Amino acid sequence: MYRGQSGMFSWLFHRISGLGILLFLLLHIVDITLLGFGPTVYNDSIAIFSTWYIRIASLFLIAAVLYHAYNGVRIILVDFWPKGGVKYQRAMFYTVLVVTVASWVPFAVFIVAPIFGGCLQSGGCQ
Amino acid sequence: MAKSVTQDAPAREHSTTSRHSTYGATARPRGGFELFSWYFFRISGVIMIFLVIIHLVVMHLTNDVSKTVYDFVANRYANPFWRVFDLLLLTLALLHGLNGLRIAIDDYIRPRGWRLLAHSAVWTFALTFWLMGMMTIITFHPGTAGITNLFGLLK
Repeated sequence: MYRGQSGMFSWLFHRISGLGILLFLLLHIVDITLLGFGPTVYNDSIAIFSTWYIRIASLFLIAAVLYHAYNGVRIILVDFWPKGGVKYQRAMFYTVLVVTVASWVPFAVFIVAPIFGGCLQSGGCQ
Repeated sequence: MAKSVTQDAPAREHSTTSRHSTYGATARPRGGFELFSWYFFRISGVIMIFLVIIHLVVMHLTNDVSKTVYDFVANRYANPFWRVFDLLLLTLALLHGLNGLRIAIDDYIRPRGWRLLAHSAVWTFALTFWLMGMMTIITFHPGTAGITNLFGLLK
């Protein structure tokens, strides 16, 4: 009933994405703290976020954030609407996956474009 | 594995068994801190859907990451709205994330001593990282040395 089916994957993805996001959050607080050391230290340090490999890595982070957000909504729906929530839980899980991919694509395109010399952001790219 | 069953912390109300039948959602705890935690996940989660998506749009869609340098932060933090925005996001994200880690710890660590150690680490991390983030959000002022001032005092 549970193992190997959508209920297990939605739970497993939720936990893995959550712990992954937490790891990045702690890292992100450390890099933000570097602001206190002045512009040279800060700009030199965060330059790593503009490299092609961290751009690719951030695609995974954004996928994790979007999935965790939408699946969280699904969990709340199941909590407060148990009848329909259980009945439609599989449909809701697939909806979560589709909406995750659909909203991830624009982020992916915008983030990856500068690797190939493009720039889609209105604020420009370095 | 722990030596005896009696030394192990009890499985939680919301732990794996109840989760199976509710498809990823967890049964609402009856009361106490666990009930507060249950509500906190849901309320902070709903608020963060807005905060995080705005954060991602500003940092990746309207501006490229390569543009989010020191001067960018200075311009942004000239408006107290963004300081309050980041303060709220930092606080909710840290507590939501570390409380999630606490729940995961309870699923995998049973011996009381190890669980206590892990829980202590979680709340130590929460306080330390919250203070680090708050310090920057509140005290950041372009042109001042910030933390390096602190080291100046220590000299």
